[in-house]
Amino acid sequence: MDSALIPKGVKRCPIGQFALFIAVAGAVLLWGVVAMFLCYIKGLNQTNMNNAYGFALWIWADLAVIALGGGAFFTGLLRYIIGKDELKNIINYAVLIGFVCYSSALLILAIDVGQPLRAWFIFWHANVHSMLTEVAFCLTCYFGVLAIEYVPLILENRQIDKVPFFHNLGHNMHGIMAVFAATGAFLSFFHQGSLGGVSGVLFGRPFGYRTGIGIWPWTFFLYTWSAAACGPCFTIFITRITEMATRKKLVKDNVVDLLAKIAGWMLLTYIIAKIIDTWYWAAVTAPAMGFTLMDFYSNNPGSAYGLWILIAEVGICGVLPAIMLVSSGMRRNPGLLFIAVTLAVIGACLNRWVMVLQVQAVPVLSFESWFTYFPSWQEIATTILPVAYGVILIALSYRYLPIFPQEPELNPIEGGK
Amino acid sequence: MFPFSFEWIWDMSHMVFHGGLWYALSIMGLGVTYCIIKAAYDTAKGKGGHHEHGHH
Repeated sequence: MDSALIPKGVKRCPIGQFALFIAVAGAVLLWGVVAMFLCYIKGLNQTNMNNAYGFALWIWADLAVIALGGGAFFTGLLRYIIGKDELKNIINYAVLIGFVCYSSALLILAIDVGQPLRAWFIFWHANVHSMLTEVAFCLTCYFGVLAIEYVPLILENRQIDKVPFFHNLGHNMHGIMAVFAATGAFLSFFHQGSLGGVSGVLFGRPFGYRTGIGIWPWTFFLYTWSAAACGPCFTIFITRITEMATRKKLVKDNVVDLLAKIAGWMLLTYIIAKIIDTWYWAAVTAPAMGFTLMDFYSNNPGSAYGLWILIAEVGICGVLPAIMLVSSGMRRNPGLLFIAVTLAVIGACLNRWVMVLQVQAVPVLSFESWFTYFPSWQEIATTILPVAYGVILIALSYRYLPIFPQEPELNPIEGGK
Repeated sequence: MFPFSFEWIWDMSHMVFHGGLWYALSIMGLGVTYCIIKAAYDTAKGKGGHHEHGHH
């Protein structure tokens, strides 16, 4: 029925099977939309946020998807600026994943601001002393860059490409993509960094506070670094899941291997910097403010935060995947590669959780105890909403757009049309 | 956002923040405008007849 829209030389499942898949993902999406409208109509009392937790599940999800969407800017930088030509075979998918991640982040923020009709205030009446203003500027602009990078993929649809204007437009956009990629890298550096800066400048919260260079705390640089390391891991992770779902090989091993190797070295250098940062904070910064390391990880009844979370983030989901990815033997084993990128992705999410939620769990007054928080179903549903949206957009893009240039070669079809 | 807004001050913070914003918006705007105008020009010249190939 829709065969005229499917790219040349590839095979797709029957339309009925595809429609059923979209319907299942659509049902989850609908659940999230109901929760979203409840938040819009009734307000933020639908959440379990309170005076202790002004940032909660939504902001964690935002920071996590922004870090994981970093694969788009870093792969674009490697492909268009540094000239790693092999990555042309995965850059389309990195852009699509980045587009999904950033549009999801904006969607969540649109719910979180509480008064979406006044969301434009952050641009018009900008507070230039706020890290979050820089984030809002860069996030919105970078989403524009990702949209510009995604449009040529849409224009490559078999039917759209037949229209000469759209064919020329797509061709021209590809021609100057390096300019957009460079702009994307510039914007990403600042918004990833500023998100890290938010917790790093909290002088009144010694768990998050860090020293740094000038006005930039070390977390500014660590966030950008971790996004450049874990973003490509997420691209590989989603690529492998797509290959499992479609039961096809979509990207050649040498392409994945190159991206995994670069991500591995980025992750290794990041985690060394993170360990040094953590040690300096534990040995110098926090004691100077009257705290010991164990003050943050013990005597916190009702809270799940113990040393385990530090070991999980830095050791199991940091050092371990870094070693696995830089070791060519382990990296070239498909099973171990999948474990390594999964751990790296979990590590980035854990880091954002710690720097957003654990920071707020620690009491700031001597007579207070640790604050606990569990999200409401509305918060959970609206956080799962972007996942369902992402699944649907990826499914539609995979079906109708030539996302994987190596797919026809890797999966020849008899008498392929 | 603009120098004519009542809260605008000509200090370093405003110039860096908004300079960065307008720099990025200008590149995106000019880039896309160039692509659209060139595509219209190329189409008028008869380029872009149906020949499918990937750009990657």
